[in-house]
Amino acid sequence: MVTAITSFGRSGTSDWLVQRVSGVILLAYFVFIAAVVVTGVDYAGWKALFGQTWVRVFSLMAVLSLAAHAWIGLWAVVTDYLTERMMGTSGNVLRISAQLVIALILFVYVVWGVQILWGY
Amino acid sequence: MKDKRPVNLDIGSMRLPITAWASITHRASGVFLFVAMVFLLWALDMSLSSAEGFAQLQDTLSGPLAKLVLWAISAGLIYHALAGVKHIVMDFGIGESFEGGVLGARIVIVLAVVLTILAGALIW
Repeated sequence: MVTAITSFGRSGTSDWLVQRVSGVILLAYFVFIAAVVVTGVDYAGWKALFGQTWVRVFSLMAVLSLAAHAWIGLWAVVTDYLTERMMGTSGNVLRISAQLVIALILFVYVVWGVQILWGY
Repeated sequence: MKDKRPVNLDIGSMRLPITAWASITHRASGVFLFVAMVFLLWALDMSLSSAEGFAQLQDTLSGPLAKLVLWAISAGLIYHALAGVKHIVMDFGIGESFEGGVLGARIVIVLAVVLTILAGALIW
């Protein structure tokens, strides 16, 4: 069996499951945030909401889910289009470069998210 | 080997079925949301930084261009979430037939359009 070295869990079945679990977490989080924003919230209420531990933990879950979800999703996209078949001989270099940039951005998202949630 | 054997499919010359459009849009919205996350994290950062930051964010988001950006991100989130739910429904073996796939794609697109219009109404 060939092990895909740039996939998330080194196995298609694992990535499949992680993609669905992280997707459900993200959906729950965005519905929660949308419900709060739509009902209208002032600074004091917003600040108090994000002062609660469970909201911070839920938010961190969402940020970590986003990193995993985006990695798996973008892996599917770049392994379809940034290939030698589509891009010629530079395909593999392009794909690995793109994945390095994606990894860096997702890492920044995670660190930034933690800073926002526990920094203020 | 027969010379007339088709070597490759030229996808650009074919009319794509609705299921293909639903799938491509799911991908495109995913890539878009990955980029849009900068905007959302920036907004969350501003909103929690201080009372002044919160007020400044409210002011910024009331501008016409910012509202358009917010609406685009909402549209992306709505479509991507619905198409994702469709995937999970299909994982349970529901709507896996040819007709089921077409119907599922139609339901996702119609619901996304309705919810996106609703989101637009809430933003403006």
